[in-house]
Amino acid sequence: MNLTDIALLNLRRKKAKAAFVLAGLLTGVATMVALMGLGSALTHEINHKLEKYGANILITPKSDQLNLSYGGLSLGGFSFDAREIRQADLAGIRKIKNSANVAAVGPMVLGRTEAAGRPVLLAGVDWNEARILKPWWKLQGKEPGPGQVAPGAEAARLLGLTTGSRVKVAGRELTVSGVLEPTGSQDDHLLFMPLASAQEILGKQGLVSLVEVAALCKDCPIEAMVSQIDQALPGAKAVAIQSVVKGRMEAIAHFKRFALGVSLLVALLGALVVLVTMMGSVKERTGEIGIFRAIGFRSGQVMRVVLTEALILSAAAGLLGYGAGHLAGELALPLFSQDGGGHLAWDPSLAGAALALALVCGSAASLYPAWMASRLDPAQALRTL
Amino acid sequence: MSMIIARDLVKTYGKGSSLVRALDSVSLEIDAGQFTAVMGPSGSGKSTLLAVLGALNTPEGGSYLVDGIEVFSLGQDQRADFRREYLGFVFQSFNLVPYLSLAENVMLPLAIKRLPKKEKLDMAHVALARVGLEGKEKRLPSEVSGGEQERAAVARALVNQPPILLADEPTGNLDQANTQRMMELLKRLGSEGMTIVMVTHSPACASYADRVLNMADGRLQGEETGKALAAVCG
Repeated sequence: MNLTDIALLNLRRKKAKAAFVLAGLLTGVATMVALMGLGSALTHEINHKLEKYGANILITPKSDQLNLSYGGLSLGGFSFDAREIRQADLAGIRKIKNSANVAAVGPMVLGRTEAAGRPVLLAGVDWNEARILKPWWKLQGKEPGPGQVAPGAEAARLLGLTTGSRVKVAGRELTVSGVLEPTGSQDDHLLFMPLASAQEILGKQGLVSLVEVAALCKDCPIEAMVSQIDQALPGAKAVAIQSVVKGRMEAIAHFKRFALGVSLLVALLGALVVLVTMMGSVKERTGEIGIFRAIGFRSGQVMRVVLTEALILSAAAGLLGYGAGHLAGELALPLFSQDGGGHLAWDPSLAGAALALALVCGSAASLYPAWMASRLDPAQALRTL
Repeated sequence: MSMIIARDLVKTYGKGSSLVRALDSVSLEIDAGQFTAVMGPSGSGKSTLLAVLGALNTPEGGSYLVDGIEVFSLGQDQRADFRREYLGFVFQSFNLVPYLSLAENVMLPLAIKRLPKKEKLDMAHVALARVGLEGKEKRLPSEVSGGEQERAAVARALVNQPPILLADEPTGNLDQANTQRMMELLKRLGSEGMTIVMVTHSPACASYADRVLNMADGRLQGEETGKALAAVCG
């Protein structure tokens, strides 16, 4: 028998009290694990959604002329009459250091032309990339192919176009393959065509006016990627769409702060449960501690018995709390997730943090009761028997 | 040779008009292997004397030597070590830890010693056998009689093989048969060379001792031999 055995035997004998301390700590740890796990899962989901949200880097030709905006985003300037970007150079984007983070590269050529006798802005896009970059685009009809055009909602209204109708653009008869549903952006006013067709109409073969890049993913080094793109395309200027990046970061940080705050609060309550219960336990065991002291236990050894009990319970609470928190997180995830699915990943670092939290809270909350126990006057303690 | 030498021990409780002198210049010497009983009515200071001799209580004045060690010059941890090495305690209310078996209770003083578990268990079994409790090692205190609990408490006091046994009313909660058995056990331990100091208010119990010290109002009032007391008590 040693001091650890005494602690274990006491816990075994006083199961109800041990269970109470365990429950207090376990609740704190489980809450922390559930919230952190949910935080990670939701962060992943938010990232995933933001990846779908669209471009977060815009590449425009270098220009010292007027500033324009696109889609309500305040970006670097470009001018339609300024230099264009060579389409062949865009391959360089796929070769940058962080090319693995590049989800889509969407070139767009823009130019003024006439449709049905009215001036319009014609946009040529790569529809394969546009599906990733602009997932909110919904076409009533089909994507335009060669000889076809897809007007934005406002352009269709002003030009009187519907799916299947024909329209004369720059002197060519084109068919309306579909109409873009209203987006609330500048896209509503454009006429969209396949990139190559638009380049031909506008006389800009092999040239693009701007490039949208989707590079949103967890911990993407956006600023570094911007710099890498700048180096890859010397004639162009890449700009991060800060509102998207910052919005994403703020949403994630906000949830994490909330999760951390609630976790700390519940952990504190758990520690208070340990403190109160251990204080009660020490008071209840005054006589027993008197015996320990009378038969030659040093005050530090009495302290060790109490702390060992707390540490055993804390370790159990940490491990069980991780399991319980993981389970609670799994059950709660559908309530928080917009997708209503997903799952929490087993995270060894979170398990380690849960164990550490339980041990720190349990031992910190037991320090004072243990100190009280070690300071008991043995003669006085024995009188309580 | 004196194992215990106490000089002018003074211990008071309370203050002002409620001041009680529990020990009032108490001096005594007890030889190694001597069985000494301290007798007196309730409140005479005999339990306080035992607590002081057990280094559980510190007097305001006086000196106390055990085997040449000045006990009250020791720090708290050293005093705990002293209690472990020199003293065995037997209390009136048995003072066994309720959630430990008899063997585990007896092993308590060994818990802080670096000995193999098997050796500790063997020592506990020997101590229990010495007080006639073989076969009851795994029982909890609540599963044995009061007499057996008290004998287990004696076994716990013996397991470390200390030279001194301090017993505070060890038969206070026992019936006549168990009282007699306990006193014979203490007498036997005394005859085996253990120094025993027993506090009792029972002349019959004190008669087992080699020497009986009478206490009243915190002072030692005289002494007699156990034999003489036995003759008086019949």
